[in-house]
Amino acid sequence: MITFLIRRLIQAVTVLLAVSIITFGLFFLVPKLAGADPATLFAGKVTNPDALNGIRIKLGLNHPLWRQYWDFIGGFFHSRQFDNGPDKTTCPWPCLGYSFRNDQSVSTLIADRFPITLSLAIGAPILWLSVGVLVGRTSALRPRSFADRSSMLVALAAVSLPVYFTAAVLRLFVVFTWHWLPDITYVGFTKDPVLWGKNLLLPWISLAALYAASYARFTRGSMLEVLNEDYIRTARAKGLRERTVINRHAMRPVGTLIITLFGMDVGQLMGGAILTESVFGLPGLGKLGVDAIAAHDLPIIMGVTILAAFFIVAANIVVDMFYAVIDPRVRLS
Amino acid sequence: MSNRRSRAAFAATSVVLTIAVAACSSSNSKPSASTPTSGSTPSAVGSTTANGGTSDVKAEFNAATKGVVNASTKTGGSLNYVATDDFDSLDPARTYYAYSIDFQRYFSRTLMAYDAKPGIAGAKAVPDLATSAGVVSNGGKTITYTLKDGIKFQDGSPITSKDIKYGIERDFAQDVVPGGPTYNKDMLDQGQNYPGPYKDTDPNHLGLKSVLTPDDKTIVFNLATPYSDWDYVMTMPTAAPVEAKVDLDPAKGGAKYQNNVQSSGPYMIQSYEPKKSLVLVKNPAWDQSTDTIRHQLVDKVTVTMGLDSDDMDKRVISGQADIEIESTGLQAAQQTEVMRDPAKKANADSPLTGFTRGFALDPAVPELANVDCRRAIEYAANKVDLQTARGGATGGGDIATTMAPPTLPGYQSFNLYPSGPDNTGDLAKAKDELAKCGKPGGFHTNIATTNKGKGPKVATALQAALQRVGITTDIQQFDSSGYYSTTIGTPSNVHSKDLGIMVMGWGADFPTGYGFFSAIADSRKILQAGGNSNWAEVKEPTIDAALDDMTQTTDADQKAKDVQTIDHKLMEQAYYLPFTYDKALTYRNPRLTNVYVTNAAGMYDFVSIGTSDGK
Repeated sequence: MITFLIRRLIQAVTVLLAVSIITFGLFFLVPKLAGADPATLFAGKVTNPDALNGIRIKLGLNHPLWRQYWDFIGGFFHSRQFDNGPDKTTCPWPCLGYSFRNDQSVSTLIADRFPITLSLAIGAPILWLSVGVLVGRTSALRPRSFADRSSMLVALAAVSLPVYFTAAVLRLFVVFTWHWLPDITYVGFTKDPVLWGKNLLLPWISLAALYAASYARFTRGSMLEVLNEDYIRTARAKGLRERTVINRHAMRPVGTLIITLFGMDVGQLMGGAILTESVFGLPGLGKLGVDAIAAHDLPIIMGVTILAAFFIVAANIVVDMFYAVIDPRVRLS
Repeated sequence: MSNRRSRAAFAATSVVLTIAVAACSSSNSKPSASTPTSGSTPSAVGSTTANGGTSDVKAEFNAATKGVVNASTKTGGSLNYVATDDFDSLDPARTYYAYSIDFQRYFSRTLMAYDAKPGIAGAKAVPDLATSAGVVSNGGKTITYTLKDGIKFQDGSPITSKDIKYGIERDFAQDVVPGGPTYNKDMLDQGQNYPGPYKDTDPNHLGLKSVLTPDDKTIVFNLATPYSDWDYVMTMPTAAPVEAKVDLDPAKGGAKYQNNVQSSGPYMIQSYEPKKSLVLVKNPAWDQSTDTIRHQLVDKVTVTMGLDSDDMDKRVISGQADIEIESTGLQAAQQTEVMRDPAKKANADSPLTGFTRGFALDPAVPELANVDCRRAIEYAANKVDLQTARGGATGGGDIATTMAPPTLPGYQSFNLYPSGPDNTGDLAKAKDELAKCGKPGGFHTNIATTNKGKGPKVATALQAALQRVGITTDIQQFDSSGYYSTTIGTPSNVHSKDLGIMVMGWGADFPTGYGFFSAIADSRKILQAGGNSNWAEVKEPTIDAALDDMTQTTDADQKAKDVQTIDHKLMEQAYYLPFTYDKALTYRNPRLTNVYVTNAAGMYDFVSIGTSDGK
C-alpha cells in the first residue's frame, strides 16, 4: 500500500510538473516568441514606459524565463516577494503567483473561490450518482419495459443537451417565470445552510441532469452485461435471493466502472464547472479561470490550470485506492 | 479614451431638488423643480434639462435622456448594480473606464465635478471641494482653488490642499499605480522628472514643484502654457485627495490602495471582493452642507460582478437587479424583448454615449495617400449596413456624418459625403473620386479590427460596400487587449502591415472640444513609440491652430467655432469615416428614483439614484 502510494505520488508530481512547464511555456514563452510583452496586458488603458517597467520589475518579468519559472515553482514551497522599490507585496505560501490586476495572490483568490466550486462538487455528484445509478439499475432489471424505455429516452435527451442550455431553461422557468426560487446568489454554508442549498439547487440539478443521464446509461449497459455472466447464473442456481444476487454480485463489477467515472468527473468538477458557474453567475474557480482568460491575467490562468490538474491527478489516486476496496482481485502493489 | 468603457466620464448627480438627506427621514414626496422640499440643504440643484425638458419626466422610453425620471427625496433602501466584470480599479489614480469614473463619485470628491443635471447641463464642471471654479492669473498659466470648510475623509481627518496635491502626485508614480489618465503628469511635470511620492525625497512627499499649497485651504497650479479646460481636468478622479499617511503605509498604500480607498464622498467602501462584489455604505464623516452635488438617499450600494451578459440582462429586466453598471447595453435578444413590450420599453433608454464609431483612414499608408482615394471610401460606405453591424438604430446608434458627436459642446451637423437617399452609399460619386485619384478600377488595402465584439462585423460590412466600386480589402483581426495601444497605436506597425483602414471608436475624456479632438487630430501628438491615438496621422496646421486656440480662450462661442473648424477639416480631408453616434439600450428598474442620463458620462448618473420602495 505504502509503495503504491509513493509510486503514485511520484507519478502525480511528475505530471503536475509537466503541466506547469507546459502552461508556463504556453502563457509566457509563446507570447515572448511572438514578440508580445506580458507587461502590456497588465498596464490598463495607458501604456507608458514607466508603467511597463514598474510592472516588469514587480512581476519579475525582467528576469530570464528559466528564472521566472524557477521562482514560480519556488512559490509552492515558500512565500514570495513581489517588490518594486518601496512598493512591496508578500505572496504567502503556497504562492501560485500574484495577480497584478487585483493586487492579490492567486492562492488568496483561489481560496476565496474554492468553497463555491466545492459546494457544486458536493451536491451535484450526490444527485447524479444516486439518480443515475438507481435509474440505470432499475432499467437493467426490467429491460425493454416501459420504465426502461422511457427513462433511457429521458437520459438520451438529458445527455444530448449541453449544460448551459439546461441551466438557462431551468432558470428561465423556475426563477423568472414561476418565481419558485430567487435568482442565484451564493451564500456560504456556514452563513446560512438553508439558503446555501436553496441557491445551489438549480446549479446542482443542471449539472446532475447531464451526468446522471450518462451514469444511468453506463449502469444499465454494464449491468445487462454482468447479468448474463455465468457467475450470476450460478448464484441464482444456488438459490440466493435476487436482491443478494443483484446487490452483492452484479453491482460490484458495475461499481468499479462507476467509481472510475465518478472519480474523474468529481476531480474535473473540482477544477471548476466553467459553464454552470458562468450561466448562474457563481464566482467559483471555473469562473475565475474564464474571467482571467478574458482579461489575459496570466498568473491566475496558471494557478487555476495547475489546481485543476492537481484535482484530476488526486482523483485518479483515490479511484485506484477504491478499486482495491471494491474488487479484491486488485492489489495495491 | 478609445472605447466605450474608457472614456472619462463622470457624472454628477443631481437631482432635482433639494435633498435633505441628513435632516430628513424617509419621504415619499415627489416635488417639482419649483417646489423644493422643506429641510433643504445646500445640495439643492437646479433641474432643467439641456433640451428644455422638465426635471420630473414621465417614465417612458428614453425618458431619462430628457429629464429626471421619478424625482424624489425618499431615502432608504439598497441599490443593486450588476456587472460582467470588475472595475478597472477602485483606486482613483488608476481608473479609466467611463462607468468606473462615474461610480467613483460615490466615494471620491474632486476640486471640480460635473453638475448634477441631466443632458448637456450635466457636462458642466462646477465647484465640488473648491469654493469656486479655478481663479486664473498669470496669463492663464496659474490657476488657484480655495477649499471649502468642513470637508473630511471617512476617518474624520480634514481634507487639505496637501491631500489634493498628494493625490495628484500619485499620478506620476506610473511604475506603481498605472492605468489612469496621465493629464496631470503630462502638464505638471514640466521637466522636473518627478518620480511620484513613493520615491520623493521631500520629507512630506510633496516635492512636485508646479503645484503649491501655501496653506491648507489653497492650492495653486502653475502650468507651462495656458489651458482653459483645467477645471475639467480637475473633475477627474486622478485629482481626488488621498491621505499620505494611508498611502505610504506599506500594508495599505501604493498598489494596495485600491483595496483601501479612503472616501471623501457620501459613501465609503464597506467590503470589496475583486471580481465578486462591492458594498458601499454611508460615510458618516461626509457633510451634506459641503456638497452641492451628491446626497445620501440610499442606505447601501451593492455591485455584483462576474455575471454572464444574458444573466445580467434578465436580472435587471425581471427587477431582481437595478442597473447594469457597465452601461454597454442589453444583449440582442433582450433588446428585442424590451422594445416589443410597451411596459418594459417604458423603463428603457437609448442615450447617446458620446462616442463616435468609425474608421481611421491613414494617408501614411501609400494606397490612401491621395485624398480622393479616401473620399472614394467615404462615398462608397454603406452606413445602413455599418449601423446594423453595430446593433441597429436603438442598440448601435444614429448614423454619423461628423466626428464630433451631438453631445459635444460646439457640435454642428453637416455631411460632406452624402451617401445616397437611403444612406447605402453613392457609388457614382465614389467612382468619380477613384478616377480623380488615378485609380478608376479601385485599389487594395487592409482593414484592421479587434477580434472581439462588433469590430469584425463592421469591417465585413465596409469590405462588402467597398467591393462594389472595386476597392478590395483584406480584414486583419488583432487581439483586443493591445489593439488601440499597440496595433493601431504604433504608426510603424500600421505602415508595415499596410493598415490603411482601421476600425475605431472615440469618446472624449472630458466633454470639451479639446478633450475630444486633441488626441485624435493634433499633429504634435502622433506618438511613434506606441499609445498613439491620432490613428489617421492627421497633420493639419489649421487643426493644430484651432486646438491651440481652444486652450487659450474661455469664450464658449469661440470654442464652438474651433470645434467646427476641426470637424470640417477632418471630414474634408477624409481622415476619418464616422458611421454611428454610439447609443446603448439600457434598462432601469422602475423602482428607482432620480434617474437621468448626463452628457458628461453618456450614461446614468449613478450617485443620484434612489429607490421608491425603500428596499
